[in-house]
Amino acid sequence: MTHKPREYVLWTIGLLVVLLYALIPVVWIASLSLKTPEQVADRKFFSGFSFDNYSDVFSDDTFINALINSIGIASIATFISIVLAAMAAYATSRLNFTGKTLILSGALAVAMFPPISIVGSLFDMWRAVGLYDTWPGLIIPYMTFTLPLAIYTLSAFFREIPWELEQAAQVDGATPFQAFRKIIVPLAAPGVFTAAILVFIFAWNDFIFANTLTSTDNARTVPAALAFFTGASQFTQPIGAICAASVVVTVPIIVMVLIFQRRIVAGLTAGAVKG
Amino acid sequence: MATAEATAPTTQKKKGITDRARAERKLAWLLCAPAVIAMLVVTGYPIGYAVYLSLQRYDLRFPDEKEFVGLSNYGDVLTSSTWWGDVWNTVVITVISVSIELVLGMAIALVMHRAIFGRGPVRAAILIPYGIITVVAAFAWKYAFDPTSGFVANLPLISDTAQPLNTHAGSLLVIILAEVWKTTPFMGLLLLAGLALVPDELHEAAKVDGASTVQRFFRITIPLMKPAILVALLFRTLDAFRIFDNIYIIQPGGALNTESVSILGYNVTINRVNVGLGSAISILIFICVILIAVFFVKALGTSTAQQRGET
Repeated sequence: MTHKPREYVLWTIGLLVVLLYALIPVVWIASLSLKTPEQVADRKFFSGFSFDNYSDVFSDDTFINALINSIGIASIATFISIVLAAMAAYATSRLNFTGKTLILSGALAVAMFPPISIVGSLFDMWRAVGLYDTWPGLIIPYMTFTLPLAIYTLSAFFREIPWELEQAAQVDGATPFQAFRKIIVPLAAPGVFTAAILVFIFAWNDFIFANTLTSTDNARTVPAALAFFTGASQFTQPIGAICAASVVVTVPIIVMVLIFQRRIVAGLTAGAVKG
Repeated sequence: MATAEATAPTTQKKKGITDRARAERKLAWLLCAPAVIAMLVVTGYPIGYAVYLSLQRYDLRFPDEKEFVGLSNYGDVLTSSTWWGDVWNTVVITVISVSIELVLGMAIALVMHRAIFGRGPVRAAILIPYGIITVVAAFAWKYAFDPTSGFVANLPLISDTAQPLNTHAGSLLVIILAEVWKTTPFMGLLLLAGLALVPDELHEAAKVDGASTVQRFFRITIPLMKPAILVALLFRTLDAFRIFDNIYIIQPGGALNTESVSILGYNVTINRVNVGLGSAISILIFICVILIAVFFVKALGTSTAQQRGET
């Protein structure tokens, strides 16, 4: 198909608009993070290039702890969620059994569930059983609330796997374990990886549980720590420091998105369209 | 591991179909059990507990006065003007942001669908809002509109003294903008997937019959995409109705009467530690979410049934 010059112009404009749309807030926060407190008030993009804010946040225990908490909690929640979801997705995509629809609709119901409806209960329960302000106290809700997303994404991918290859390998003399490891694992890996990225982004992003179920550096994750950041004076927010910390936690996500964009899109749409 | 075990039933074909089916069912339930138990324990039990708490007078400041009070917490919530004001705020934010997202998302989907070049950069760019932490994005918009530090008040055509964050309507607008910015890409991707399901032949046939681009969009694309649109609307409406992060950051505590129902639930339960009253609010939000979901699922059922009947 050939295109008229006019179409090229229109498309280029569309492309630029989309890029501008997506990047403005990111660029703005990066710009603020590089300003000194005096330059903040000039209201301009990139008026300063000082890395003071970055050295400040990296020498701040609150931020370092929050970063460790975020990475640890999100990773563990992702791992457990993916293992449980892979088992369930294998069953729902490959096996025939009564109750399959029930499980899938149950997962859909959990996907629509409003977290605010249970934070009060969890707050009370976690305090009673000693999970309040601990890693498991956040890992458990994250793992649960990401299960539907992971199950739907994984079963969409699992349905595409040519499982006959496994039998074919066994006919050719491979043991069941070899057939699984050499044939099925490589075929399933991209789907598992995609689901893991989506789950990780969810856990990394959460604010409501992080805010209500933690109270100290012990388990407070980055989004909650950012909201409680205070500067020298308790009543002014340290804009530069908040922005520097924001950039630090945003860069890995942007890198991930740039590298795995195809997979993320496939995962997001696969899960939703089938649902 | 799971897969290796799963091949066992298929190798036992000789045992007869019922045995095999039974083994398959058992394996399936074993594989699903951990996920199902986790979902039941972490959502089902707490919601039941919330129902129980909502029937109690239970304020953590006076734990000894805990007692069964029936539906009086619900009565207190439903007769308070704060609750209805917050419901109104939430509905306004939800309806406006989801409508804008639908239009913008459709535009993004069409742009990506007809991409001539540079599809990769566009896809990567729109995934940035999706991946970014909501709290971070909310700070970015808050500081952009801040009269003393934000670039917006410094733009040409905008008054230097514009202070949207100091007014109720202005704050709602900034909150809606932050919400739209963050979630339009998701909407766009869902719609793009729906767009891919519209067969090109229909467009070609309509073109031959003399239909204009606009006619084809409203008579072919939209009707065929209806299920995809409804799914996207369902997820986004539920999500927007639960709005919390953006308001919490942009107007801390729901200042200037920008409170949403989730912020109200949080303020009552966590800040004022009135767990009984807060639980009643939580349950009312839960009921709203169920009503919204039922509405969309019904609409979806009708539209897919229609489509099956027609094609």
